Amino acid sequence: MAALVRKLVKTNEFYLFLVIVVLAVVIQLRSGQFFTPNNLVDLANAMVVPGIFAVGAFMVLVSGGIDVSFPALASLSVYATTRILVDNGWEGGVWLPFVLVIALGAILGAFNGLFTSRFAVPVLIITLGTASVFSGIMQGVLSSVQIPNLPPAMTEFGRATLFVATNPDSGLTSSMPMSFLILVVVLVFAFVLLRYTTFGRGLYAMGGDESAAERAGFKVRHIKFWLFVIVGIIASLAGLVRTSMMDSMHPTNLPGIELMVIAAVVLGGTAITGGSGTLTGAMLGTLLIVIVQNSMILVGIPTFWQGFSLGVLIIVGTGISAIQLTRARKRARVLI
Amino acid sequence: MVDNVIAVRDIRKAFAGVQALDGITLEIAPGEIHCLAGENGSGKSTLIKVISGVHAPDSGTIEMNGKQFSGLTPIEAISNGVQVIYQDFSVFPNLTVMENLAINAELAAHRTFVNWRRMRATAKEAIAKIDFDIDLDAKVGTLSVAQKQLVAISRALMSDARLIIMDEPTTALTKREVDALFKIILDLKARGIATLFVSHKLEEVFEISERFTIIRNGASVITCLPEELDHKKFSYYMTGREFDDSRFTPELQADAPVLEVSGLGVDGAFEDVTLSLRPGEILGITGLLGSGRTELALSLFGALPADRGEIRLEGQPVTLDGIRSAIAHGIGYVPEDRLTEGLFLERSIGSNITISEIDSFASKLGVFDKAAAKAAAEAWVKDLRIATPDPENAVNTLSGGNQQRIVLAKWLATNPKVLILNGPTVGVDIGSKHDIHRILRELAAEGLAVIIISDDIPEVIQNCNRVMVMNAGRIVAEVDPAVTGDAELAELMSKDIVDLNGKG
Repeated sequence: MAALVRKLVKTNEFYLFLVIVVLAVVIQLRSGQFFTPNNLVDLANAMVVPGIFAVGAFMVLVSGGIDVSFPALASLSVYATTRILVDNGWEGGVWLPFVLVIALGAILGAFNGLFTSRFAVPVLIITLGTASVFSGIMQGVLSSVQIPNLPPAMTEFGRATLFVATNPDSGLTSSMPMSFLILVVVLVFAFVLLRYTTFGRGLYAMGGDESAAERAGFKVRHIKFWLFVIVGIIASLAGLVRTSMMDSMHPTNLPGIELMVIAAVVLGGTAITGGSGTLTGAMLGTLLIVIVQNSMILVGIPTFWQGFSLGVLIIVGTGISAIQLTRARKRARVLI
Repeated sequence: MVDNVIAVRDIRKAFAGVQALDGITLEIAPGEIHCLAGENGSGKSTLIKVISGVHAPDSGTIEMNGKQFSGLTPIEAISNGVQVIYQDFSVFPNLTVMENLAINAELAAHRTFVNWRRMRATAKEAIAKIDFDIDLDAKVGTLSVAQKQLVAISRALMSDARLIIMDEPTTALTKREVDALFKIILDLKARGIATLFVSHKLEEVFEISERFTIIRNGASVITCLPEELDHKKFSYYMTGREFDDSRFTPELQADAPVLEVSGLGVDGAFEDVTLSLRPGEILGITGLLGSGRTELALSLFGALPADRGEIRLEGQPVTLDGIRSAIAHGIGYVPEDRLTEGLFLERSIGSNITISEIDSFASKLGVFDKAAAKAAAEAWVKDLRIATPDPENAVNTLSGGNQQRIVLAKWLATNPKVLILNGPTVGVDIGSKHDIHRILRELAAEGLAVIIISDDIPEVIQNCNRVMVMNAGRIVAEVDPAVTGDAELAELMSKDIVDLNGKG
């Protein structure tokens, strides 16, 4: 037990958790509204889309790259899916939209994967390029416009709820969306993949030392390619969830979210240089950012401070890991 | 002749028209400790990559286990018992010792899922093979160099290795760690596992190697027994050049010392250091890593200001409280890690040479005189025989030895009276090493006082007229290299301090 505690206090996640608890208590004291059933459900609701994105961004970060194309990728695959279904008047179940976005996500992800596995160019640069290509295809080839009426199955899925939470005092209600299950499924999938498969350990190994991974017998190019296919699928799922929950397809709604998602993952203790980090940390980082975004209103802070405080969080969060890195390097050099 | 573990015959390999390997033949018997020696760029690394299956040769054959191959895949090499321990050990700093040890076995078995309990068992078995005691849950990035190497060795032994190739295994190790490594290698030999050392230094592997193969410019020069080799022949086979290996005798130019140090001390680093140095002398300061040698050097260069004691330059007491004041007093320092401490690798050769005297190229208005700097750079490039078509090229286009010459040029450009060199030939190939030694002797003959800080015993013995030995932060002996043997010096360096002080 003592050993467990000692191990725990060394982790990034522990401190992040403390920060979240302190923040929650402060908000509770100021507003009395934090620990109410409907607020907690609202938070869970707001976690879904950034949470799913964060899983994908986390996997790429662990492997030693930074993917900034996932919002554009998700927009394109969901836009194309919605367009196809709406134009053909699809009245059937929600399975087809899922199959389509997964297929499109895989194809677009493969496009990313092809470049990252073939060329020794940083993933950030490649995905900056592919992000523009994706939005170019969406705006140019598909001449994207807002699609206000989704296929009924998607609308239905967006409205489906697991349960409804009611605030005993105010009577306000919030519903837990069905899509929360998608976040859970994606998380479980990613956890098993990262921890219990040679593919997942390969991602960590590559993030630690790519040439060592190659020498150890990991098929680095193969892993990179499939990583981006998987990340493409995960991002597209997040896009589908977002569109369904908004009950309308806004082509420009997602781009811009990448910085917040990457910041959340890095805030969660994932090394920006790759190789270390946990899904727990990534989720806690996302939760912290969601709490800041959602709950400042509860405390009565004007919304324009949200951007400001997010910025501060990002600087502090990444700053701490940068300091840790330099310290570790200095320690390594003391003997020299 | 017993069946060889591996026989490589007449291997040729060209990269973009450059013939990296030009007919190499190498045979290793089971349990043999074989040394592959050659200068940087002689094709050693390419040969290892051919043997380990990274590169396919253009022609030639590789014979293993009675099978002929004209090219290998990494998996074929491993399944035939070839394991390479790279200079950087190829470990994952972000993963635990356990995973580092076990992941190869998981991959070799083509598993899709990893089982952590099985991995722990594998890892335990791996460290048991060499009686290596380590916390399996520690991150490899937190281990010492020697421990990382042991992790790499344990990992290599996992896959029924019959030949272990070690790329420059002793470079970053202390004497004690090298001894521990050699013990492990002898143990492997007893089990019939052959070792191929790849090295460009004779003294590191001479005592343990049973046979040498020396290559030059991609071709085998000779395969011979250690009895047939000495320093002179070794250098000759490696470089094709004859070197003068005479010892240094100073032509003293002045009786008055240029540098006098008395009672110098820095808390936690070294104590009570007293020495004096005359122009034209080359003083060696030797000691193990952690003996205080580097701290003493930094202190004389002002980077680590002394807590106690006195430093006199040309009879005048001075305070060296910073690098600038040391430079101003005519002290130059060539750092230990030439790559990270001494050079701006991306910048041009010329600007690297002139950077430390950049002020002297400024006009009265502070405008930088480009032409003067360029002329100075060109003069130095010529003087030091740096092999480059253009001083405007980036430093990282040069070989290691030529980079070392630039570091020298950089500090000679300030016209120092005392030049301190910390490990001047670490990681430098043998030809460049001789060149650097020659340059240092010439500089001493011109009246410069030189201090060489090095744990390369032959280096200090051959090039210094006096050698001081540091141990646990103190100067424990001063010896005359003309009458001191390598072994004697090594003993002084590694003796426990208690023994040296008599009864403690």
